[in-house]
Amino acid sequence: MSERPAAIVAGHGGFAAGIVSAVEQVTGMAGCFVPVTNAGLAPAGIDEALRRALAESGARLIFTDLPAGSCTMAARRLAKEDPGLVVVTGVALPTLLAYACGSAVPEAVESGRKAMQLLEAPRAP
Amino acid sequence: MPLDHFRIDDRLIHGQVVVGWGQPCAIGFLVLVDDEVARSDWEQELYRMGVPPEMDVYFDSVESAARRLPEYRADRRCGMLLTGDIDTMERLVARAPDITAVTVGGIHHKAGRAARLRYVFLTPDEEARLRALAERGVTVTAQDVPSASPLSLDALLRGDGSG
Repeated sequence: MSERPAAIVAGHGGFAAGIVSAVEQVTGMAGCFVPVTNAGLAPAGIDEALRRALAESGARLIFTDLPAGSCTMAARRLAKEDPGLVVVTGVALPTLLAYACGSAVPEAVESGRKAMQLLEAPRAP
Repeated sequence: MPLDHFRIDDRLIHGQVVVGWGQPCAIGFLVLVDDEVARSDWEQELYRMGVPPEMDVYFDSVESAARRLPEYRADRRCGMLLTGDIDTMERLVARAPDITAVTVGGIHHKAGRAARLRYVFLTPDEEARLRALAERGVTVTAQDVPSASPLSLDALLRGDGSG
């Protein structure tokens, strides 16, 4: 399988490291993801952490956890400066699994959307 | 509960505000007070994008916020006013002396600041300015999320997050 282009995963607390470890556990192919946390960081610190991760990895894609989150705000500001940078927010494990396994970004996003389901309890016969 | 939460938070509108406070406290509107954001349509759109449609966001400079405060206070929905730093809140309080309580919700690490709480880092000057706010009669507390107990200014400056 060809190596996936690098992508940043950024979010609150241990979210990024946790979800990346979950991708590794499921697929063994989490090497393309670089986790970034906003913990303890002011907006300028989040901006700097994302810039550093992008520069070191060569990533052109940032996944973030929450639309209103400070990582998303920082990522969108970076994308304003650099229109080639893609930001996906509201990321869930199925999206990252699909990306790691070779899906293009729109398909990976769709995988995340489709995976969210309300599982009704089975009715007694 | 009308507009009674005046929060200093360097991240302004973010997850803790929209979800952490917004959902349990049924916040109906946010007032973001920042002179730079008030001049930038793009920044306003950025902040608006992260807020659910049922929550209104108003953008103000310090001057316009002080002018519109009675209007915000008359709103029957629960509201929160945010500034990104102590200086902005100080200038607002100077123009709106009926602000009697301010919460430090998040001032994060940068060079020159020392850790006081997990979510509050302060320079000596910032500490002095918080004390000055308290000396004007403003109750200054620290609280990041609603489930945490508010800490007094003394506890905050001692770095005592246990209370």
